[in-house]
Amino acid sequence: MIKKIVSILIAILATSALLVGVKDFPNWADPNQPASVHVSPRYIEKTVEETAVPNIVTAVLADYRGYDTMFETAVIFTAGVAVMMLLRRPYKK
Amino acid sequence: MISRWEDIIIETLSRFLIPFMQTYSLYVLAHGHGSPGGGFQGGCIFAASFVLMVIAYDIFEAKKRFSEKINGVFCALGVFIYAGIGWLCLLLGGNFLDYGKLSKILPTDPIMARYYGMAGIETGVQITVMAIMVSIFLDLVTAGRHEEAMEEEDVGSDSK
Repeated sequence: MIKKIVSILIAILATSALLVGVKDFPNWADPNQPASVHVSPRYIEKTVEETAVPNIVTAVLADYRGYDTMFETAVIFTAGVAVMMLLRRPYKK
Repeated sequence: MISRWEDIIIETLSRFLIPFMQTYSLYVLAHGHGSPGGGFQGGCIFAASFVLMVIAYDIFEAKKRFSEKINGVFCALGVFIYAGIGWLCLLLGGNFLDYGKLSKILPTDPIMARYYGMAGIETGVQITVMAIMVSIFLDLVTAGRHEEAMEEEDVGSDSK
């Protein structure tokens, strides 16, 4: 019982700590929020001339953030290897 | 463990559905440039077709088509393709993952070389995601005892 109360208290505290941070977010769909001021316009305006890729999403995924995508793939590979190491047992001969 | 549970409706439907899913996954991969899609999604769809195969038939039937060892090689092959294309660009005198430099070995101009480079890395992502999803699914569903568990089960079903 005391465990439950403690965990509920911790959950409430953590949630309120996170909600305090939400106050500092830019407003929803605010055109002057930091991400809309210099990151998005760069991608939207310069994608075609810089990368010659018709799709902005692909350009961001594979070109501007190629390293990111490569290590995402590596993370998936690592996850699979971790599952193999944890679960797989040696073959019986 | 997944045991043999025959149902002609499920098997026939899967027989039609699985090739469609695999073709569709390749479509999602190939259209990652012009429309939403790409390696991650296509790989998951491809893995789902194997999951459906294991569910509708049994694990042997799926392994006959795609063995465990090939799957293990494919897990690493995708990452290798991705990093390999990056290194290839490096060897051709560009930056890492600078696909335009691939035009030196591909018979195209740099713009199309970028296209093919991205198609290549998406293919790598698809191969890894597909193989890892299948591998994790098989590990979970057999509790990691691939051949052994099935043999025990066969002995059990024979004695019934």
